[in-house]
Amino acid sequence: MSSTAPMPLLEARNLGVSYAVRHAGRQVRLRALDDVSFDLARAETLGIVGESGSGKSTLARALLRLIPADAGTVRLHPDIDLLGLRGAALRSVRSRLQMIFQDGVAALDPRQRIGEALEEPLLVLKPQLSGLQRRERVRLGLERVGLERAHLDRFPHQFSGGQAQRIGMARALMVEPEIVVCDEPLSSLDVSIKAQITALLQQLKQDLNLSMIFIAHDLPAVQQLCERVLVLYLGRVMEIARCDALFDRPRHPYTRALLRSVPIPDPRVARGRRTAPLAGEIPSSLTPPSGCVFRTRCPYAVDRCAREVPLLRSIDGSEVACHRAEEIEGIRT
Amino acid sequence: MSEALLQIRSLAVRYPAPHGQAAGAVQALSGVDLDVAAGECLGLVGESGSGKTAILLSILGLLPPNARLGGSIRFHGDELVGMPLKRLNQIRGTRIAMIFQDPMSALNPYMRIIDQLSEVPRVHGGLSRRDAGQRALEMLEAVHIGEPRRRARQYPHELSGGMRQRVMIAMALIAEPELILADEPTTALDVTVQAQILELLQELRERTGAALLLVTHDLGIVAQLADRVGVMRHGRIVEQAGCLALFERPQHEYTRSLLAAMPRLKVPA
Amino acid sequence: MNSPWRQRLHGHLGLLIAGSVLMLIALASLIIPALSPYDYYTPQLELISRPPMLSGGHLLGTDPLGRDLLIRVLWGCRISLLIALLASLISVVVGVLWGAIAGYAGGYTDALMMRTVDVLYSVPFVPFVIVLTMLFGRQLWLMFIAIGAVSWLDIARIVRGEALSLKRREFIDAARVSGVHGARMIGRHIVPNLLGVVIIYATLTVPTVILFEAFMSFLGLGVRVPLASLGSLIADGASDMQAHPHLLLVPAAVLASIIYCFNFLGDGLRDLLDPRKHS
Repeated sequence: MSSTAPMPLLEARNLGVSYAVRHAGRQVRLRALDDVSFDLARAETLGIVGESGSGKSTLARALLRLIPADAGTVRLHPDIDLLGLRGAALRSVRSRLQMIFQDGVAALDPRQRIGEALEEPLLVLKPQLSGLQRRERVRLGLERVGLERAHLDRFPHQFSGGQAQRIGMARALMVEPEIVVCDEPLSSLDVSIKAQITALLQQLKQDLNLSMIFIAHDLPAVQQLCERVLVLYLGRVMEIARCDALFDRPRHPYTRALLRSVPIPDPRVARGRRTAPLAGEIPSSLTPPSGCVFRTRCPYAVDRCAREVPLLRSIDGSEVACHRAEEIEGIRT
Repeated sequence: MSEALLQIRSLAVRYPAPHGQAAGAVQALSGVDLDVAAGECLGLVGESGSGKTAILLSILGLLPPNARLGGSIRFHGDELVGMPLKRLNQIRGTRIAMIFQDPMSALNPYMRIIDQLSEVPRVHGGLSRRDAGQRALEMLEAVHIGEPRRRARQYPHELSGGMRQRVMIAMALIAEPELILADEPTTALDVTVQAQILELLQELRERTGAALLLVTHDLGIVAQLADRVGVMRHGRIVEQAGCLALFERPQHEYTRSLLAAMPRLKVPA
Repeated sequence: MNSPWRQRLHGHLGLLIAGSVLMLIALASLIIPALSPYDYYTPQLELISRPPMLSGGHLLGTDPLGRDLLIRVLWGCRISLLIALLASLISVVVGVLWGAIAGYAGGYTDALMMRTVDVLYSVPFVPFVIVLTMLFGRQLWLMFIAIGAVSWLDIARIVRGEALSLKRREFIDAARVSGVHGARMIGRHIVPNLLGVVIIYATLTVPTVILFEAFMSFLGLGVRVPLASLGSLIADGASDMQAHPHLLLVPAAVLASIIYCFNFLGDGLRDLLDPRKHS
């Protein structure tokens, strides 16, 4: 968050989301996201990584106003309070901020032909366009994602996962948004299709100068697409760093363990790996550990970690939420 | 050369089309030849639809009733194809065990963990309830489940995904099988938990000397665990080689393209 | 030969037969009275209550006023089917809109709308119709209103349940992200995805409606003489059961067939539409 850089496109500060659940016969509140802050610059891709319970999908939904946030602010350039918008004002902002969903087929109305599905965002958000203009944009949009005109008349169930994901991308880009949030777009795809879709995202990013928030648990894809990466654990931010910095010199103990857990398709390296980098289970979001939420599995945890929540602080250009970040640097793993 | 533990020859599986049409039939496997030696880990990689799961189902006789199976599957020289159910049941669960991708589908949601675990030793091993329960607790410890006594009395939905997978591994290993079949055992798990489960599988294999036939789409897992690898595509094995050889000198074009498409993390040297 | 049509209807023979029978009855009730020399209202006092005779004119006999029973019954079918279909249409339209809006809107709107349904449920139907008849006299259109006003409640409940689960699906979120809301959301995304359920329950509502109407006519409310519905014909026939059984048996048989066919149709549609969604 440098003061000399131009104003960020999106600024999230202390974002918190919780929802009511029934647990052991009582109504309690589950904190899915807690005190999450980050910036998104223009034409930048921010990766958001985390495992189950990290809150990454919750983050996507909260940004797109699909679920309510109960704490914090999100500012959209120049001065729009994204979380406070309602009704028509919210709808007008939707042409700036769009989303690509995890399951391409499920994100399409099974009763709607693709052509109509693609025209819909234009009908609703850009009503000034004529029918001819809309259809022209749809045609261009399809071409851009590598699909054909013939597909317009078909229904979602007639498409494969990869094709459906392309349609989802075309739909998100119809209104020419500034920011696209991708919620695990590769999770439901086969290995070879993943590579194609990742390449397509890369291309679209460049061609259209998009700002993206790329949410995934697939670290190699994040490394390929993102300029900066944010690591979430149990709803809290552990580390935010430039992509190369994060992957070369991870500073947070969780980030380190996460990176070392990724299977490597090279027997010489993989065989040498005897012990799992991280023991224990992810704690329940209903009863998060006190202080640093990662302390129950952290090999470097000390007393202070249980008492004090570590705040995000700057270390050499990365933001790290760890009391012992500097000391750990020196410890070889 | 001693006879392999598992010998598959010319295995073919065909699912007929609905209503007996000619078009629409699916040839899931054609002419598959495979050996698994005692104590070794064979990794089967391929994308979805390559037929890798069909091989596992064929071994255990778990194919749907309308499937047409041809070829031979020999376990310790005994032919499994067409084996009478009574004999097959003596082998299934005791000498050949399976770990599924989704633990919830293998675990009975209405039974406590300890009861499910004790089932095999009681039914096949003839152990008393107490002894079987004791054995179950030992297995829970072997798979490193914390507070095994407490967990044993819980129901599957009270456990996390990683723990359920450990329970399933415990169930597979409790009768000390010679061959373990694993169908994408870690796909549904978080990456840090996956690393733990892979380590556990490695450790248990070394301890019990069981062979492992591991089906996965992830070459990274294969690189870590497998002694030999088979690459599958459209129901056929296109290449079979030792693990290191496959990664360093892939022969078949498909293997090469699979290796190229596999996303890999660029780690600092 | 296994054409695609043959495959789809394989196992749905009942559906085909039920549908055909209903079509036949409907067509017969429209065409035959136009072709016949007899009408449904002119008494012929010399031919009172004759039993069915396959030779001379009156195939199914005559009623106590000498009118041809076949024509009377066919007219009765027309009236009964008309009331059934129109009343069902009203109840489906009202019920679907009510349920879809309540389910999608949620919160207070949903609570208010569904409590209204609960209150209406508790209104006793027969006294309600009697009051209406007292206020407006015995009119045919009253039957539509009365029956339609009651049968939409079930559909509303079912549709609301479906709308609640539809709301959670990913494509609804995707539509919201595209700015879709309100009438467009309900009309283009919620309702079309409910149609399977609606068609099934609409088809099953029809027999209920026909029976309601029959019951009303049996009680002496509903259609006015000389018009007849199947219910009023049954009422008339019942009073003369011993001497002239055909006056009761013929309309009763026709009513039973119609109801049976609609139930079969509804069940068949349920089989046809639901599993395909899950396959």
